[in-house]
Amino acid sequence: MAAQTQFSGGFENVPVQAAHAFRAAMTVMARPGEIRRLSGSVPPAPLSMAAGTLLLTLCDPETKVHLAGDVDCDAVRKWLTFHTGAPIVPAGHADFAVGAWDALSPLNAYSIGTPDYPDRSATLIVECDQLEQSGAVLSGPGIKDTARLSLPGVPALQSNAVLYPLGCDFFFTCGDKVAAMPRSTQIRTGG
Amino acid sequence: MSEYNFAYLDEQTKRMIRRAILKGLAVPGYQVPFASREMPMPYGWGTGGVQVSAATLTPDDTFKVIDQGADDTTNAVSIRKFFENTARVATTEETEKATVIQTRHRIPEAKLREDQIIVYQVPIPEPLRFLEPRETETRKMHSLEEYGLMHVKLYEDISQHGAISTAYAYPVKVSGRYVMDPSPIPKFDNPKLEMDAIQLFGAGREQRIYAVPPHTKVVSLDFEDYPFEATKADHPCDLCGAEDSYLDEVIMDDAGSRMFVCSDTDYCRSRREAGHVGQLAEENAA
Repeated sequence: MAAQTQFSGGFENVPVQAAHAFRAAMTVMARPGEIRRLSGSVPPAPLSMAAGTLLLTLCDPETKVHLAGDVDCDAVRKWLTFHTGAPIVPAGHADFAVGAWDALSPLNAYSIGTPDYPDRSATLIVECDQLEQSGAVLSGPGIKDTARLSLPGVPALQSNAVLYPLGCDFFFTCGDKVAAMPRSTQIRTGG
Repeated sequence: MSEYNFAYLDEQTKRMIRRAILKGLAVPGYQVPFASREMPMPYGWGTGGVQVSAATLTPDDTFKVIDQGADDTTNAVSIRKFFENTARVATTEETEKATVIQTRHRIPEAKLREDQIIVYQVPIPEPLRFLEPRETETRKMHSLEEYGLMHVKLYEDISQHGAISTAYAYPVKVSGRYVMDPSPIPKFDNPKLEMDAIQLFGAGREQRIYAVPPHTKVVSLDFEDYPFEATKADHPCDLCGAEDSYLDEVIMDDAGSRMFVCSDTDYCRSRREAGHVGQLAEENAA
């Protein structure tokens, strides 16, 4: 296979691959704690396949994207610009932000929406070293009784949930795995 | 039909709708504004539902469309054909076999599963609209969680009619926060709004998308002394004998004779195939 360039690694069949990717993304956002596979893109390092596929599925010139930490490199910038045309912006203006948890923190840098328009908040794509159905205990809309998910930074996520109906929404990505947690989810530390 | 993109809409439009669906799922019951497109069918025919379905469908899906519970009415047939032509998806009339169900004004009688998605066509998404015509005001009422006006409306029902007379589009509170219009489903269907499937609502003319994730608390508004009641015609289905399904009243002739039949045609058909016989079906057979 040819070396990774800014032009390679996009969807081969955009309507179909984007439709499958969105269904996975929608399913995990509707069911916090569930983990799905997300593939179709081959993004440049250090972006994971799941994060790259999410960006291709959801971003275009209308969405402002923030690249945090080591994700903010020349290769990713060029790749994202070529495939989506999304403007790259500082954290405070972002519709989508992608990076490792420590690089994305603190969460108060991001838009949480307004009381009139709570939808105008940032969606964070958090690159994780591991993603498992263990750890923090989740409850709320989309969850029958409780679910478990390995979350980074539980206190910050709990503070985000307190802002409901405002707040950020999260995708967690690891390799080709994706999970999600909207602001409506209540979090308890797992025993 | 290679002239059309998969599922008719262009990719940028689908991304915009998909982002709205995700925010809708994140804030259950909140109406997310979206840039609704002109569709090749008139407003009122389910353009909102069609756009949500187009953004949701994959080629692997099996699609079902119902209009007032029926698979064989004009609206349902034309939307089903639309996606057969533009998305090449498999279609079915059987609730069990469908993965995505677009509906106008009913929830199927069969319990929906975890792997199913139901898309509602919504005419007026704002439950407070007939009480307060100004969008700026209703938006403020939602942000302040100021829903007293809705309770006054239900109270006036009781003071005038002795009972809450709202029979369809009965307002609900979702996850303890937003009051939501469940679309003009009969209030008989309201208890089903707490379900295992993902529920998406699309209003094309009014340019709103909203959603209810699975297992989300959905409470029909009521009073302690006038609790919510899911009502239906007090009659079994005349074709299949079902006592638990929502019924349509059909006028049979000029003399005023009538019959009651299941509004969910698939439910009624499957019951008749299983050997259940209603009162009028027996007469016809005799």
